[in-house]
Amino acid sequence: MSTTKKYLVGMFDDDHTLLLAVNAATESGHKIDNVYSPFPLHGINEQLGITKTKIPTAGFIFGLTGMIFAFSLMAFASSVNYPTNFGGKPVFALPAWIPIMFEFTVLFSGVGMVSSFYYLCNLYPGKQPKIIDPRLSDHMFAITIDITEDASKVSEYTDLFKGKGALEVFEKEI
Amino acid sequence: MSYYESPIREPLVNGNKTYKQITDDIVSGTTGTPSFSWLLATGVSGLIALLGVFCLGYTIAYGIGTWGVNTTVGWAWDITNFVWWIGIGHAGTLISAILLLFRQRWRTAVNRAAEAMTIFAVVCAGLFVLLHTGRPWDVFFIFPYPNTRGPLWTNFNSPLLWDVFAVSTYLTISLLFWYTGLIPDFATIRDRAKVGTWRWKIYNFLSFGWIGAAKHWERWETLSLLLAGLATPLVLSVHTIVSFDFATSVVPGWHTTILPPYFVAGAIFSGFAMVLTLMIVARKIMNLEDYITIAHIESMNKILLLTGTMVGTAYLTELFVAWYSGSMVEQYAFANRAFGPYWWSYWIMMSCNLIFPQFFWVKKLRRNIAFTFFASIIVNIGMWFERFVIIAVSLHRDYLPSSWTSYAPTWVEVGIYVGTGGIFMTLFLLFCRFFPVVSIAEIKHILKTSGSQYRSEQMQQVKDELSYRDVDSRIIYKID
Repeated sequence: MSTTKKYLVGMFDDDHTLLLAVNAATESGHKIDNVYSPFPLHGINEQLGITKTKIPTAGFIFGLTGMIFAFSLMAFASSVNYPTNFGGKPVFALPAWIPIMFEFTVLFSGVGMVSSFYYLCNLYPGKQPKIIDPRLSDHMFAITIDITEDASKVSEYTDLFKGKGALEVFEKEI
Repeated sequence: MSYYESPIREPLVNGNKTYKQITDDIVSGTTGTPSFSWLLATGVSGLIALLGVFCLGYTIAYGIGTWGVNTTVGWAWDITNFVWWIGIGHAGTLISAILLLFRQRWRTAVNRAAEAMTIFAVVCAGLFVLLHTGRPWDVFFIFPYPNTRGPLWTNFNSPLLWDVFAVSTYLTISLLFWYTGLIPDFATIRDRAKVGTWRWKIYNFLSFGWIGAAKHWERWETLSLLLAGLATPLVLSVHTIVSFDFATSVVPGWHTTILPPYFVAGAIFSGFAMVLTLMIVARKIMNLEDYITIAHIESMNKILLLTGTMVGTAYLTELFVAWYSGSMVEQYAFANRAFGPYWWSYWIMMSCNLIFPQFFWVKKLRRNIAFTFFASIIVNIGMWFERFVIIAVSLHRDYLPSSWTSYAPTWVEVGIYVGTGGIFMTLFLLFCRFFPVVSIAEIKHILKTSGSQYRSEQMQQVKDELSYRDVDSRIIYKID
């Protein structure tokens, strides 16, 4: 991942101003690369072409796997591999297994979803992040435009961002 | 702005904060030299923790014969403390998960610390489970794994085994939930440090390289909501299963169907008391009064009142059912709790848990910090005695009068219990110092709807509109 890209960055100090700028940019048909913010913003996913994440589906599949795993383990251990007589209780005791099946469902689903999240976002301990500007985790919001290949529209974007209340517009290579 | 909140609601962030101020306020707690009060508190807690470690080592070296337990009272302080700590942990999950599902905005200021508390409490609880087995080095026997003894598997029909899975799942999920919530804030701390310094490197390692991209935030929010959805039934299941440890046995006083809801309510009750104890101190030391406001304390006191009343109702129901059952042993178990040799522990439980929280019907007391702090300690004491009454007092006199005996803890048991308090406090103080105590991202997210300056603007708008009247008397209606 050593390829560097060049971005045009529009910095805003208010989430609402940023939303208006995002709307204006997409309405005039511009392609926004990304938006960075110190907290989750609502109402920009459509403009950025962000589709709903599939983590819920993954979570369901992981959960189902956990439940089947727990059931199979208990059924195999108690009824097939080594049936033990505990005070005359049945060796196939489904109702008594429900708590553990539930716990495994939650465990697999939770661990699976969190792992999927880190995998999909490509986040891991020790990753060297490509930070556009340190203020973006504080009080600033940014729109980035990829200008690695086509830098012809830089002035047009700059005017657009400035017109929509951007405090700074700069180019950044990372 | 992603949601609407009525302007008559009290602001959740005081002091007309801006985004930058929020960052500075919370990050400043992790920078500079630690205050003297922090060093003193950590030193004292650390020493108490060392005492605990010594008593733990003593127990491992000499066995649980060093405890006061005997053949009749096989479970006493160990399991009492286990249930007490696990219960305390439940408030963290309640605040972070259940209140997230119910869209309670006030959770944002306290959820981080409450979740940390959950994890540390579960760690303390785990120590008692480990120790009460008597041979902690053989503790892997409790997990089902192929072995050369048959293979002899664990008994999947036993609530004690369910507990193993419930508690370990609970710890894992709480840890993941907490950590995933932390990474954006670690990134915030990282970005305030100079690039290349140790501080930057450590917080960058912790933040997993978070940069706050829109797609990441979208996934992050979905994940938080889903984990909350999972953690909610999980937290209910954990204490339900803990109560099954007792309810599925045939010991008089334990064998009751009311135990699961009663334990869950009790867990939330004791957990909120501990959150209040810690937060009242933390907001003062860490200068977080603008974020953890009186409104937050009042909300938590309301939950204390609700769950305290639920627990109290359960105590009375238990008494009624014992009488109504017509079962002599059951009736004796409850008479023995109230008037037997351990009568004092029963009445401490009753007065601390049933009677004391009723003071919170009074708004003035709900909003009084000193009183709340006092009440939270009282509830912690009361809930410890509840578990002692259920466990040790039920056991010391059951079916066979020839086996009746009494129980008193030894210094080793007391040392371990006090020691876990030290371990808990040490971990919590370290957390306060090195971690963002309040969720920075989430506070910023609610600022524009619940910040004091925005709230007064909204209020002004409502007042300006002629179609609304009687704003000050808290009745809003449209007249057109």
